[in-house]
Amino acid sequence: MVKTLASYVKEFKKVSFLTPICMVGEVIMEMVIPMLMASIIDEGVGKGDMGHIYRVGMLMIAAAALGLIFGVLGGVFGARASTGFARNLRKGMFDNIQTFSFANIDKYSVAGLVTRLTTDVTNLQNAYQMLLRMTFRAPASLIIAMIMAFLINARLASIYLVAVVVLGLILSFMIRKAMRYFREVFRKYDDLNASVQENVTGIRVVKAYVREDYENKKFSKAAENLYWMFVRAERVVVSSSPLMQFTVYSCILLISWLGAKMIVADGLTTGQLMSLLTYCMNILMSLMMLSMIFVMITMSTASGERVAEVLNEKSSLQNPEHPDYEITDGSIQFEHVDFSYSTTAERPVLEDINLSIKSGETIGIIGGTGSSKSSLVNLISRLYDVTKGRVLVGGKDVRSYDMETLRNQVAVVLQKNVLFSGTILENLRWGDENATEEECIRACRLACADEFIQQFPDKYETYIEQGGSNVSGGQKQRLCIARALLKKPKILILDDSTSAVDTATDARIRKAFAEEIPDTTKLIIAQRISSVQNADRIIVMDDGKINGFGTHEELLANNEIYRDVYESQMSGSGDFDENGGAA
Amino acid sequence: MMAEQNRPEMKQQIRGPKGPGSRMRGPVPKLDHPGKLLNRLMKYVTQNYMIPCIVVLVCIVISVAANIQGTMFTKTLIDSYITPLLLSDQPDFSGLAYAILRVAGFYAIGVAATLAYSQIMIMVTQGTMKRLRVDVFTHMESLPVKYFDTHSHGDIMSIYTNDIDTLRQMISQSIPQIINSSITVVGVLCSMLILSIPLTIVTLVMVGVTLFATKKCAGMSSRYFVAQQNALGKVNGYIEEMMNGQKVVKVFCYEEKSKEAFEKLNEELFVSADRANRFANVLGPINAQIGNISYVLCAIVGGILALNGFGGFTLGGLASFLTFNKSFSMPINQVSQQLNSIVMALAGAERIFRLLDEEPEQDNGYVTLVNARIENGELVEAGKERTGIWAWKHFHQADGTTDYQRLEGDVVFDGVDFGYTPEKTVLHDIKMYATPGQKIAFVGTTGAGKTTITNLINRFYDIQDGKIRYDGINVNKIKKADLRHSLGMVLQETNLFTGTVMENIRYGKLEATDEEVIAAAKLANADGFIRQLPQGYQTVLTGNGGNLSQGQRQLLSIARAAIADPPVLILDEATSSIDTRTERIVQEGMDRLMKGRTTFVIAHRLSTVRNSNCIMVLEQGRIIERGTHEELLEEKGKYYQLYTGNSITA
Repeated sequence: MVKTLASYVKEFKKVSFLTPICMVGEVIMEMVIPMLMASIIDEGVGKGDMGHIYRVGMLMIAAAALGLIFGVLGGVFGARASTGFARNLRKGMFDNIQTFSFANIDKYSVAGLVTRLTTDVTNLQNAYQMLLRMTFRAPASLIIAMIMAFLINARLASIYLVAVVVLGLILSFMIRKAMRYFREVFRKYDDLNASVQENVTGIRVVKAYVREDYENKKFSKAAENLYWMFVRAERVVVSSSPLMQFTVYSCILLISWLGAKMIVADGLTTGQLMSLLTYCMNILMSLMMLSMIFVMITMSTASGERVAEVLNEKSSLQNPEHPDYEITDGSIQFEHVDFSYSTTAERPVLEDINLSIKSGETIGIIGGTGSSKSSLVNLISRLYDVTKGRVLVGGKDVRSYDMETLRNQVAVVLQKNVLFSGTILENLRWGDENATEEECIRACRLACADEFIQQFPDKYETYIEQGGSNVSGGQKQRLCIARALLKKPKILILDDSTSAVDTATDARIRKAFAEEIPDTTKLIIAQRISSVQNADRIIVMDDGKINGFGTHEELLANNEIYRDVYESQMSGSGDFDENGGAA
Repeated sequence: MMAEQNRPEMKQQIRGPKGPGSRMRGPVPKLDHPGKLLNRLMKYVTQNYMIPCIVVLVCIVISVAANIQGTMFTKTLIDSYITPLLLSDQPDFSGLAYAILRVAGFYAIGVAATLAYSQIMIMVTQGTMKRLRVDVFTHMESLPVKYFDTHSHGDIMSIYTNDIDTLRQMISQSIPQIINSSITVVGVLCSMLILSIPLTIVTLVMVGVTLFATKKCAGMSSRYFVAQQNALGKVNGYIEEMMNGQKVVKVFCYEEKSKEAFEKLNEELFVSADRANRFANVLGPINAQIGNISYVLCAIVGGILALNGFGGFTLGGLASFLTFNKSFSMPINQVSQQLNSIVMALAGAERIFRLLDEEPEQDNGYVTLVNARIENGELVEAGKERTGIWAWKHFHQADGTTDYQRLEGDVVFDGVDFGYTPEKTVLHDIKMYATPGQKIAFVGTTGAGKTTITNLINRFYDIQDGKIRYDGINVNKIKKADLRHSLGMVLQETNLFTGTVMENIRYGKLEATDEEVIAAAKLANADGFIRQLPQGYQTVLTGNGGNLSQGQRQLLSIARAAIADPPVLILDEATSSIDTRTERIVQEGMDRLMKGRTTFVIAHRLSTVRNSNCIMVLEQGRIIERGTHEELLEEKGKYYQLYTGNSITA
């Protein structure tokens, strides 16, 4: 993980090196000051040398100024290095996601990818900044202060050494305990919030069953539970502060007592005693800081792992070495095709599929949910690779084509389709970026989208909100069809793409297809028999296998499933208001 | 002293990934009445914890005092012991030993005080947070459905996930720290003044410089932070959109273009984030070094003063003063750093209080539902036993009599007008009746007002004009809880709760036995699939039953309604495209549930509509046609058009 992430520092290597150097510089300057102060006290005040006070005073100011420069530079470099690192990570992930195949995309949830690109990167940015600015600073400060202390008086300084070891041990024990508790707390915390979420979305159920008191009791109990867990965890954390006080105070008193004796016995000066007391603070503070860094870094490892996972993900589909850039026609063949989404699946999603579709044919596909209709068509544009057998388009294996060529010639209107924020025209031009407005309008006429677009005040310049939230389900589907048509594909696949369009419009779209693009092979997946019954041939899918393949009449006559679906829809358990659905 | 100032940050870090990142980023919001808000918040905290709060305050004072006396001791150590001892021939350390023991005693009290207040503070903050959570939740549960319809669920959730959490940090960290810092500042200032007025002036001037630098830097930084925030918003928006549409991107070979667009936004974010962080980063060292310069100046000036013995200023005084100098600027910096997070937390508190101030659902109903039995042909209240007969207990205030009306499920709408807002009426003059056991279907295009009707019978919303009568009683007079108990609902969107299948069905009737649950599941046609689940009825559902199919979730919600066994049902059929086989199972379950109950159904399936006693065709909030399936087909009106599917436009 560290190696993967580190490789994204790239052009920010220099600043990444400079930052800790500057930070250490700042620390050195900071440590010099108490040393100089001792000199002011002993040589200046002690011996009554005014000139010495001025001279050393100037030196101290110079040290502070140098420290300032180091500190500011460290801050500037640190900011650049960490934000640049974050930028590279975002870019690296985003670019890699663009190479993902459908199989790769399926592996992650949308929310998961968004979190990785946003929150996780922010966490890493903060952690990296902390790492550069503090991870060297804190130990450096600890070590230098310790050295200084030893230089002044090794015997007294050894008190600090003991304190550091003891405090360090106790702190690390506490951190480990606290982190364990907190992990538990936050898991519970998330559970609690999840249950609130359920109440918010299901408020109608709660109210309908008059379960407010029941939910309140449940919540109070969970909140009480959380309370005790929080208290337990926080108790550990806050005990660090009296502990720290105790250590500091003990050191001060010991140093005072022993130091006073030494001064009298002439082994130490007053000024030295004062700087020793100052270093006491520096040493123990650094130790505290170090433990914080440790916690912070540990906490961000989860983010780091999530990010690295995306960065290391390799696309499961590769372009062939000598790809074909030419697809001759829209014919499709499936030869003994087996397909599963994962290699460990018990049984394939598609089993021994054999199909031959001629160029220009209109094929309907029907079958229950889970009968693998979508899986079947997804193989044609090589959104997934077959597990066994082969799929041919235009007489050649789809794996021999350049993927971009293949996908431009095989247009898929996905079941879960999306529009993007932008005008209608911009959305349409996803299909063909050079399409003229006339071509776009023509495609929309074919998809029966022009009729409603013309009713918008801004017509084709109407702005579509993110996810197409300002158009109805049926309108969205028709826009998506138009967008696919603009590719002028040899094969057009509609995966349940007119489910929210009413029957009449659906029929008009199919009619337009038959008349205007007769040479395009059309595959139409639908729930409604009426959407497919006029197709040249219809495939009936059941449980990953082709159960029947023929014309409407043939299937009615000899396919049980088809007949069953037909009858149930005609006899009245079909949709009543076509509008209500996915709108 | 520094020790405890360090503590809060540590806690903050432990919160981990979810914590600081999200909060720190936002621009500081503007508050209208921060004082009032803070006051209310403090009242809320101290309400239950007055004494602990006072104890905490006292302990903080003791802790700070112990620290200050310790620093003062440096002066005594040098001036009263070391210097005289240096001059004496036969040094006697017993006085020093005694002095150190005394300081140690004070220190011990200080440590004990710190220990005490930090532990008490946990009880105070966590106790307050618990109370706040429960208060917010309980209040939320009491709010009318309207609140949930008019506020985005994300916003409501963010009160729990962000606002309460931010507040937790503020109460547990910022407030004690500010109190501690303020007391420290006052204590240290007094001590400094006692030690040396000129040096105090030097220190104060430098603190002024620090504050000025902080203000300048923070101003710059916040300007860039706003820019960073905007850029971040854009990047996040783009990421969300693209991740959602990633498959479409692939299908349209749009990868290069989306990379390009992202690159541009990403670069913008980098530039603004770099600047924002730069200024934030620079602030620390600047303050630290100004602090060092202040220290150096005091050392020089103090050295000169001590050398000349000016105003009785001694070497020991200088030593103590220098330590004070360090511990003076630190709390001031800390307070100024805390201010930001306090403003943030107050903004959260404002949202929390706004929710707590929301008017809860009002219920003036006095007609209640009671168990009854028939005695001599008359209904009589049956007390605790369950008789299977329910009656409305109606107390007439006018003549002081009480009468009982048997619960049957007779519903009448009489000239009902309704709008979600007063300005816009969505239902006009709805008149209809359903006698016990009848099935009334509503059909019409989206937006015709079908779903709205279901919100009125159970009084999720109150009607503006007209009357709804339930068994002859105006629903406004019926206690809401009892009214709702007598109504079952199966909604289009199935909501399940985290828990076992058994618990989810039992939600309809908490005291139901396992056998009753299973019987209800059988009735709803759900038993079959439940038994196939890994742990059967004990299978735990999470995330709204995410591991179940749409149809299975619906079956569970039917079973849940079945176990409640209400005389009146409100049913919103699901429109989602579940496959024919599952659909048939769901349909069967629904049909069985409807048997013998008055049912209002928002119909999407022809079969449902066809065997209804009456079909209401709604358009733009009015009933335009009513009658049985056959009658309406005869009419050749809107229903006919809908049925034949010829005139609907999407």
